[in-house]
Amino acid sequence: MSRPTDALLQIPLSSLNQYAYCPRRCYLIHAEGEFKDNVHTVSGTLEHERVDQSESRGQVGIRIEYALSVWSDSLGLSGRCDVVEFHPDGTIYPVEYKHGKRKQWDNDDLQLAAQALCLEEMTGKPVIRGAIFHQQSKRRREVLITEALKQAVREAVPRIRTLLNGAIRPPPLQGADTKRCGECSLRDICEPELAGADPTLSALAKSLFEPEEDLP
Amino acid sequence: MTVLQNTLYVTTSEAYLRLEGETVCVMIEDQKRLQVPLHHLSAFVLFDHVMLSPALLGRCAEDGRSVVWLNRSGKFSARLEGPVSGNILLRQAQFRAAEDGAQTLRIARAVVAGKLRNSRQVLMRGARETDDGDEKEALVRTAKLIANQVRKIPLAEDLDTLRGLEGDAARLYFEALPKVMKPQARAEFPFDCRNRRPPRDRFNALISFLYALVLSDCRAALETVGLDPQLGFLHAVRPGRPALALDLLEEFRAPLADRLALTLINRGQLQAGDFDEREGGAVLLNDKGRKTVIAAYQTRKQEEITHPVLKQTLPVGLLPHWQARLLARYLRQDVAHYVPYLYR
Repeated sequence: MSRPTDALLQIPLSSLNQYAYCPRRCYLIHAEGEFKDNVHTVSGTLEHERVDQSESRGQVGIRIEYALSVWSDSLGLSGRCDVVEFHPDGTIYPVEYKHGKRKQWDNDDLQLAAQALCLEEMTGKPVIRGAIFHQQSKRRREVLITEALKQAVREAVPRIRTLLNGAIRPPPLQGADTKRCGECSLRDICEPELAGADPTLSALAKSLFEPEEDLP
Repeated sequence: MTVLQNTLYVTTSEAYLRLEGETVCVMIEDQKRLQVPLHHLSAFVLFDHVMLSPALLGRCAEDGRSVVWLNRSGKFSARLEGPVSGNILLRQAQFRAAEDGAQTLRIARAVVAGKLRNSRQVLMRGARETDDGDEKEALVRTAKLIANQVRKIPLAEDLDTLRGLEGDAARLYFEALPKVMKPQARAEFPFDCRNRRPPRDRFNALISFLYALVLSDCRAALETVGLDPQLGFLHAVRPGRPALALDLLEEFRAPLADRLALTLINRGQLQAGDFDEREGGAVLLNDKGRKTVIAAYQTRKQEEITHPVLKQTLPVGLLPHWQARLLARYLRQDVAHYVPYLYR
């Protein structure tokens, strides 16, 4: 098994998003390297779309950084922000780009808050707000980086680190949460439909060496 | 959900396959004989000397499309390997299980049980369909004997004992199998035992060829899932031998190959003229026969069945794929058992 020195100390920012969505998805992507439909393609697409989509365009004096590397040594986090706006009044404003429409869960907010924590640690300045830009609806949704959201990040990070350093795949989502499986790109690898297969497998395994006497 | 895509089988020697946009062209003597969209294909099975353009080879490697070359009798000769796919943690689990005697025995027992139960099922179906009372009785008797062998499997404490049980059952099975053949076909397809390297009668030639086709699908399924097809449990490791693919093949021999062979013979779709006899007694399918068998196998793969574990309908062609996934799941300790596909 992995030696302590091999352990993952810095976890990727995007793992927060995955973890909030589904711990198993997080494990498959970040511990097992299974990835379909790459996030890193986003920064490339942004180059083409930023002119049309930035709502801050036209505002004088705003410096925009694309695909900015950010990190937090105290939390052990690192990753990239799609967009960070540096306003003339000193406001730092991260914007996370998402392909789809707004979803029902706040995994995006958690990821944005983690970016805010990194930016705060790097610059020493508070990050009060940020936004999620939904490419499909071309809408920006502003998110207030509350203390509660920051606390959620601080609590999730060590849990994710333990998960990713371990050798156990978490089980697929259960109950009402399984509705998320429908739009998950890793569905094929995850096979949530097999989550309930254990009783069937056990029953079949038990009678495997007892062929039925269904002779004509 | 995984989709069953087509496999392109090319049996014409010296054919040349090249990429044209997003399609594959099959060229025979500089003439375009076929053009198919690449996205409809998941695998190429090429017999004898079939060439692929470098561009097409590159594209297949990139997309993880399986490309396999077989010789005329269906024996494996080469395959294309792209970047190593799948998950190292899964392969690590597979290697650990293979080092663990108890684990190896558990999986090998399931493999043998699958093979024996499914071959028994073919005999019982034959017994239900025959009008001859004596033959029905003989088939039922053999099915019972094989059932007894299945019951002994959990008692086999080592692989050799297990292989002994398997061998005894296989002999019983092949002795009884001619009775599943229609009486009028038996003159053209006389056989009384399994022989190979080379096959010495038409029936053996036919099933050998079908096993090669199913084996190729098993191997591709294992590779897609990320398992190493060379490290098996029932089949020992030997250089160049796809031991795990052979393990997986066991549960499919009877339902996918033997049953199809019998159907082709019973319906008169294959006749003596579809085989060539070589000097010395080796028998091989000829070009015409091979085409008939491949077409029938492709059709069979499209048929839908309900999988006993997944409880959903899926095309027969995806069975090796799903069993490979179930095995991967078991090796990763996601589920407590590996259960072979049980034909009904």
